[in-house]
Amino acid sequence: MNAFVADKALTPAEADGSGEPETLLRVDNVSLAFGGVKAITDISFDIRKGEIRAIIGPNGAGKTSMLNVINGFYHPQEGTITWRGTVRRKMKPYEAASQGIARTFQNVALFKGMTTLDNIMSGRSLKMHRNFFWQVLWRGPAEREEIEHRKKVEEIIDFLEIQAIRKTPVGRLPYGLQKRVELGRALAMEPELLLLDEPMAGMNLEEKEDMSRFIIDVNQEFGTTIALIEHDMGVVMDLSDRVVVLDYGKKIADGPPEEVQASQAVIDAYLGVSH
Amino acid sequence: MLQGKKRHMVGSASASPRGKDTFPKILLHNARVFGNRTAFREKDFGIWQSWTWSGVSEEIRAFSIGLQSLGLKAGDKIAIVGANRPRLYWAMVAAQAIGAVPVPVYADSVAEEMAYVLGHAEVAFAIVEDQEQVDKLLSMSDEVPSLKHVIYDEVRGLRDYDHTHLHSYASVQDKGRALQAQSASLKGEWEQGLATGKGSDIAVMLYTSGTTGRPKGVMLSFDNLVISGRNGNDFDHLDETEEVLAYLPMAWIGDHVFSLAQAFTAGYCVNCPESMDTIDVDRREIAPTYFFAPPRVFETMLTMIMVNMEDAGRTKRAMFDTFMDVARKVGEKILNGEKVALKDRLLYRLGEFFVYGPLKNRMGLTRMKVGYTAGEAIGPEIFQFYRSLGLNLKQLYGQTEASVYITLQPDGEIFGDTVGKPAPDVELKIAESGEVMYRSPGVFVGYFKNDEATASTKTPDGWVHTGDAGIIADNGHLKIIDRAKDVGRLTDGALFAPKYIENKLKFFPNIKEAVAFGHERDRVGVFVNIDLTAVGSWAERNNVNYASYQELAAHPDVYAMIESHVDQVNRDLAREPMMAGAQIRRFLILHKELDADDGELTRTQKVRRSFIAERYGPLIEALYDGSATKHVRTEVTYEDGRKGVLEATVEIRDMPLHDAGKSFQEAAE
Repeated sequence: MNAFVADKALTPAEADGSGEPETLLRVDNVSLAFGGVKAITDISFDIRKGEIRAIIGPNGAGKTSMLNVINGFYHPQEGTITWRGTVRRKMKPYEAASQGIARTFQNVALFKGMTTLDNIMSGRSLKMHRNFFWQVLWRGPAEREEIEHRKKVEEIIDFLEIQAIRKTPVGRLPYGLQKRVELGRALAMEPELLLLDEPMAGMNLEEKEDMSRFIIDVNQEFGTTIALIEHDMGVVMDLSDRVVVLDYGKKIADGPPEEVQASQAVIDAYLGVSH
Repeated sequence: MLQGKKRHMVGSASASPRGKDTFPKILLHNARVFGNRTAFREKDFGIWQSWTWSGVSEEIRAFSIGLQSLGLKAGDKIAIVGANRPRLYWAMVAAQAIGAVPVPVYADSVAEEMAYVLGHAEVAFAIVEDQEQVDKLLSMSDEVPSLKHVIYDEVRGLRDYDHTHLHSYASVQDKGRALQAQSASLKGEWEQGLATGKGSDIAVMLYTSGTTGRPKGVMLSFDNLVISGRNGNDFDHLDETEEVLAYLPMAWIGDHVFSLAQAFTAGYCVNCPESMDTIDVDRREIAPTYFFAPPRVFETMLTMIMVNMEDAGRTKRAMFDTFMDVARKVGEKILNGEKVALKDRLLYRLGEFFVYGPLKNRMGLTRMKVGYTAGEAIGPEIFQFYRSLGLNLKQLYGQTEASVYITLQPDGEIFGDTVGKPAPDVELKIAESGEVMYRSPGVFVGYFKNDEATASTKTPDGWVHTGDAGIIADNGHLKIIDRAKDVGRLTDGALFAPKYIENKLKFFPNIKEAVAFGHERDRVGVFVNIDLTAVGSWAERNNVNYASYQELAAHPDVYAMIESHVDQVNRDLAREPMMAGAQIRRFLILHKELDADDGELTRTQKVRRSFIAERYGPLIEALYDGSATKHVRTEVTYEDGRKGVLEATVEIRDMPLHDAGKSFQEAAE
């Protein structure tokens, strides 16, 4: 018998022994409409601390809108969002960011003319304590602070294995690497909850494998809770602990991957039935 | 270190001085003598992290004691898997201190091959770089039943693994440190333990890839490596101030000697790059003083420079062209210390300031005292390019069984087509069969668990068969002509070395591939493949129109050009008494490019001689039946997998012979 084979990985809840998983974020009866168009209708689900939570659904199901609601970009007309046990008031995205919610975008949204290093450094801006004046002066405390931030950024560069492109302007990088840099910038915020909007869109198989590896590692090494939208079902089933399925703005399933996969409603949504 | 040089003179094959005959002993010595000098660097988190010799000594001791507490004992084998990292080098010496034998293996080899090597070596421990290697090893635990513990350097991704037999490098070291803190005598005991090691003990086992059959485990003793390392250092006057970049596979004897044996014996600093993709940047930052690279690295650097120069502004390009002309004319002469006119010398100085200096800086070779290339033949133009910049690039010939060094080019005696003179303490001879044989203090102890192979490679009195055919030129330099098994004879008894002839042809940029025939025939015939890029750009410049490779290959002007190349090769061959009999008598330019899709080349772009002989049977016939043209039909496979037929009438040209004696005299004069 193979003495090295590891036991099944413990879920964070099991690991901390509390038994009852801690809920990081809860969405209760949220609805969002743009004029007459209902993007999200009466959706509730939760994200537990330390898990990888996938949000899936056919095109136009309201997945990205859901992420936008979570990170404070959209404000739901109805329902509440509870973040770490407190009901959240209406807020701006940067407030969400300073509370520990970071995200990447479906289309890469980096500063194309800046280097990888500078892009990731920009993710640290919320953590900079010295004011603008100090940073322009860049002496004493500001300099020391920058060194601290650079250290953190170098750890991320090391983690994502992008040392070779540290000084390359991101506009010159292939798409797969740009996605990785974007993940790096989100990680630079040291978020508690990381929202990934189609992190693997447009990638080839090898890049997808790499990205999956990074997502798992981020989750395990930093203990970051992750909510991701992804269309590649293989990836979703492999990565996520729990999956919530949306269709036409409504929640049609929620649970572990195997369960969701077997659900008739999900199969119908993906294969198409008349509505 | 002047003292050191006096102590071990070049050519002293005797046991190493003052009991410094194993790497653990040398480590203690270096920690004493070089204490605060930097021994290792690794770029991590964007910064060069460094360790002094005394620091390294402490790291190795802690790890070694930790290994001992895990049950590693003398005679055990310990696999080292991963890219060049200080901790993996240290692990080797830490194992040696206990009497265990490190077995570095190629980290990127396929699982099956690695499993064979680890199983054959009966490794008890494995020290690996990261999760990827851990997974690989765990997957082969059935084939390697002897494996008891796996120790990894990079923690990432391994948290949730079962850690009964899996340990992090740091935890093993911590254990070693904790044990030392508990018992004050432990350090002394450990040092006493390593003092019992002898020069004749096995230091390392390196598996040779072996083009045929299973890899063989070459056992090298401390004496082999320590003496070879010292001789290498003395030969090129290397001391503790050198900087090297460790970037070639750790399982390869070259890296083992350059980054461990020579580094320890000289006390110089080994720099490990941040990752495999950052080597160019890292080399520029370190600027190694002693540098080794296979020819393809130099080729790639040269191509990069040329491509960048194409994009440069007009002034820069003009400067580059002007001064490169100067360098071509006098650069090598200046490097070799020959006489050069004052005007050229001044121009060269100017060139150094404007062009050569910045170029060398770009390549990270500004501080290079001596550089070597080996492994395969390097194109003379490439070799000359670097030398003309004032870089002391040389060739060496060696193999695992010799602890690298067999021959080296001494400073000032650089000839493009030879691999140099016997290294210090090496005896060289050519066997009846034309095979190169050597005897030296670096000669391996034997193949692990393979006495049969040992007996067929190493004679009872210590001579080793290299498997390469070669000749020793009048100036005492060795020239390698081919693999011994490929060398044949013409019917008149003249030596026929196909690869030697093909390489000579391929050094012309216009010739991409060549296949020579002649074994057991009355004369030599050659197939030539033109290089579409080089000949195509020539055609463009000379208003030669063509629609396809086939048409260009059959063009009379192209034939004339290739004919002049073949004639030049014949002239060169005529100058060498051993080779003069194998001049090319007839050649043809193939109507299609040799292609791996058609099975004519291997996937690594090596010619499959026997396959080609079969496929182009009628053309070979035509080479020998005297006909001037031959009509052929060849089936080809397109990239989408469809098959087609190529028809062509191929012209065959006769070549005049050059008089061996006469050209030899010409050359001598």
